[in-house]
Amino acid sequence: MGQQYEASTLGMWVFLTTEILFFGGIFLAYTLYRNQYFEAFKEAAHHQDLWLGTINTAVLICSSLTMAMAVYFSQLGKRKALVTSLVLTLILGVVFVGIKGYEYYEHIHEGLFPGSLFHFQSPMADQIQLFFVFYFSMTGLHALHMIIGFGILIWLILRARKGDFSPEYYGPVEVTGLYWHFVDIVWIFLFPLLYLIH
Amino acid sequence: MDTLGNADPQHHVPAKSTYFVIFFLLLIFTALTVSATLVDLGSWNAPIAMTIAIAKTVLVVLYFMHLRHSTRLTWVVVAAAVLWLAVLFALTIADFATRKWLVYGDVN
Repeated sequence: MGQQYEASTLGMWVFLTTEILFFGGIFLAYTLYRNQYFEAFKEAAHHQDLWLGTINTAVLICSSLTMAMAVYFSQLGKRKALVTSLVLTLILGVVFVGIKGYEYYEHIHEGLFPGSLFHFQSPMADQIQLFFVFYFSMTGLHALHMIIGFGILIWLILRARKGDFSPEYYGPVEVTGLYWHFVDIVWIFLFPLLYLIH
Repeated sequence: MDTLGNADPQHHVPAKSTYFVIFFLLLIFTALTVSATLVDLGSWNAPIAMTIAIAKTVLVVLYFMHLRHSTRLTWVVVAAAVLWLAVLFALTIADFATRKWLVYGDVN
């Protein structure tokens, strides 16, 4: 069992390494263009809702705490507390994506969605549109990871309710935790890059 | 401990209070990074925001992701990820940053 646990957590870390480089490429492209078109990116970031971004950051940190508590309770074999922690994590994740969806709605309404829906008037409109290409693809990929996480959490909740996990076997909870915290880390970088430009 | 001197992560249960301390630190760092944005520090704003993001990441990785009590092999995997990411950024930025150093065409 110990060896299986080792293998599964190590496997998840290797997967997360590929994820780091996957997101890393987009972060790098963003960094280069932001450097080149700094004034436009700064202007574009003023159309972000700083408070919604901050609230969402706090929501994700809370969900990371409840996820960490889920692992903790599974290690102690506390089934009820484990299920509660997982449900709370899922709810906080849904709240995050809900707020994100509201922000998307506002942006699209303002004509900031790249492509034929883009109606922003400015001498720097093209570069501002580029910022929103990055904004929607980076936060969209992040939200996709969250939604995949919801599926895994629902599966975990169902298994946890059946009493599948014990102090001897909680690998799936730990591995899901690694994935969930990684998605939180991606947001830790997205937040200052996309909302906090001055 | 096994024969290689690795701590056995299966049986390491961190204290509940550790998680809460990390949680509050993460919230404090978030408040800090938002308030730093509201002050104009010129070219210092971006490095400060990135330093705070890296500090938050280190806390999440060490404590929430239990790297602190993981095997050495896990540390190697994480170090490899950081190293390749650094190579990706360093070499590409070195290219973009030095392009203007070259003078094309007639130098006279």
